Amino acid sequence: MLETTPTEQAMTQSELVRAIQTSTEAVFSTMMDLQVTAGEVFVEKEEAVPASGVVSIVGLAGSWLGSGSLSCTAKCACKMASHFLMTEYEAVTEDVLDSVAEITNMIIGNVKTQLEEKLGPMGLSTPTIIYGRNFQTRGARNQEWTVVPFMLGEDRICVQICLVPNPDAGRREARSAFPIPHVQNFS
Amino acid sequence: MDVLIVDDSAAIRKILQRVLRQAEIPLGAVYEAGDGAEALEILKSQTVGLVLSDINMPNMDGLEFLTRVRADQAWAKLPILMVSTEGAHAKVLEAVERGASGYVRKPFTAEQIKEKLVGLI
Repeated sequence: MLETTPTEQAMTQSELVRAIQTSTEAVFSTMMDLQVTAGEVFVEKEEAVPASGVVSIVGLAGSWLGSGSLSCTAKCACKMASHFLMTEYEAVTEDVLDSVAEITNMIIGNVKTQLEEKLGPMGLSTPTIIYGRNFQTRGARNQEWTVVPFMLGEDRICVQICLVPNPDAGRREARSAFPIPHVQNFS
Repeated sequence: MDVLIVDDSAAIRKILQRVLRQAEIPLGAVYEAGDGAEALEILKSQTVGLVLSDINMPNMDGLEFLTRVRADQAWAKLPILMVSTEGAHAKVLEAVERGASGYVRKPFTAEQIKEKLVGLI
């Protein structure tokens, strides 16, 4: 049984997970002709752990604030980009990073559309992408992330979302700081 | 026909170029812009017969781009197909009210783009 999250006031945890699963599966099958298999969902509090690979983050802002991210290994990022652009990539290039960023944008954008029915309109930031080895990510606040792992063949991809009510909702200048996800360690 | 593709993702611009080349339409030059402001500059200097545009972009987004294009009588009938992750009904309606000729939501299939193009050109 999953722990509760702040979004539970407006939507159930299972609705959020279902939105992530359907969006991720649709983007992989439609844009890459790839099938992903959803794994066991978990809720995680942030803690900084060294990570490697590719992380793409998109911010959400409206009456709720948050971020969504996709993280995977460099090898998996190359595989995704190869199918996305129909060109073989064996190393992480600009094209690979741009592809992962756009794939994340589509997944989180489609989750956002589903969430907006209950949480109201939200804006979507342009993606930020991080690629490297032994880096750490840490948000400024203690927040919970709903993490949905997927298997793409032997590769693991994590799609995670953190959403909290915006205390400044309704004010002219709403808060716009996006939380940063704890990144799963792929090394 | 010359085409302008407006998207801040180079990957999406490549994919849309491929879809256009696969579609059975007489395709000339394909121009690319990373945001609405760049796209406006291209429209001023080139004769374009079709525009495919994203909505969420830095500098000038797709909705502002639409408004500026439709404000110019010279581009009043230029077909503009919006291709965006934005799927909320209100956002689609806003794009149509600002002058979008069609709307395709990401993720898209090549067939969905081709079907929309047939109705536009």
